[in-house]
Amino acid sequence: MQRFANPNRFLKAANAILPWCAWVTVGCLITGLYFAIFASPADYQQGETVRIMYVHVPSAWMAMFIYANMAIASAVALIWRHPLAHLAAKSSAPIGAAFTVICLASGMLWGKPTWGTWWVWDARLTSVLILLFLYVGYIALVNAFDDASRGMRTGAVLAIVGAVNLPIIKFSVDWWNTLHQPASLTRLDAPAIHSSMLIPLLLMAMAFMGFYATLLILKMNDELACAKIRGLRIAQAR
Amino acid sequence: MQSVSELLSMGGYGAFVWTAYLIAAAVMVGLLAMVLKGLSRHRETLKTLEAERQDLRASTP
Repeated sequence: MQRFANPNRFLKAANAILPWCAWVTVGCLITGLYFAIFASPADYQQGETVRIMYVHVPSAWMAMFIYANMAIASAVALIWRHPLAHLAAKSSAPIGAAFTVICLASGMLWGKPTWGTWWVWDARLTSVLILLFLYVGYIALVNAFDDASRGMRTGAVLAIVGAVNLPIIKFSVDWWNTLHQPASLTRLDAPAIHSSMLIPLLLMAMAFMGFYATLLILKMNDELACAKIRGLRIAQAR
Repeated sequence: MQSVSELLSMGGYGAFVWTAYLIAAAVMVGLLAMVLKGLSRHRETLKTLEAERQDLRASTP
């Protein structure tokens, strides 16, 4: 990883894979949407509302995956002082927040027709709402300092502490009573979902993953440009 | 699924299904647009600042 501590070398490598990420996103999105909307069956209990799953579940996975990424990047940044790790964490936050919003909104739209309610204050829904607050809090905290590096160090502590919420989200459906269904894929036995629904689900998950990679590279380009601007302004002021 | 109207109605749940997809699309496109806009704006600023510095160096003996 030290090889990529040099921002210019990192940008060269990242920008080389950027078009590939974008094309994977577009390709998976088109095929995923085709399967999700046209080529997958309606559920025998939920009817057509099951199609919300192809947005809801991948966005929930991404919301948690990106937060885990952010916490790991923050730890790397604090422990090894890797200069790009802070930027990776900071750049991930708005993307993770966006997926959390999609997860919550699609979940509410799925809950109303299937559970009969938009929202319940159970452990799963509440812990995901807290995840959104953690993202928003992190973004606010990082930008609250005049000194950008101090802001990112303080934010890193919040990101690491907030990671406690991730296992709570994951196991909330097993630990507490809830309307929310338990995991269907990550079980010790075979996944409790038919391949006709698993294929669009995984394609959409890959599309969202590609979207994250694409936006992360773009946002890190932006953050590095901002860092250079700050450096030049300081040099000018002298 | 046979017709467009059937596709839109989603077995009577069209309002829920399509709103979920639309919100997801709007959030993702919106974020992409924001990031791209910020990136191009900051690249512009960086270019101007670097040009100013070049001018300053050229003018000082």
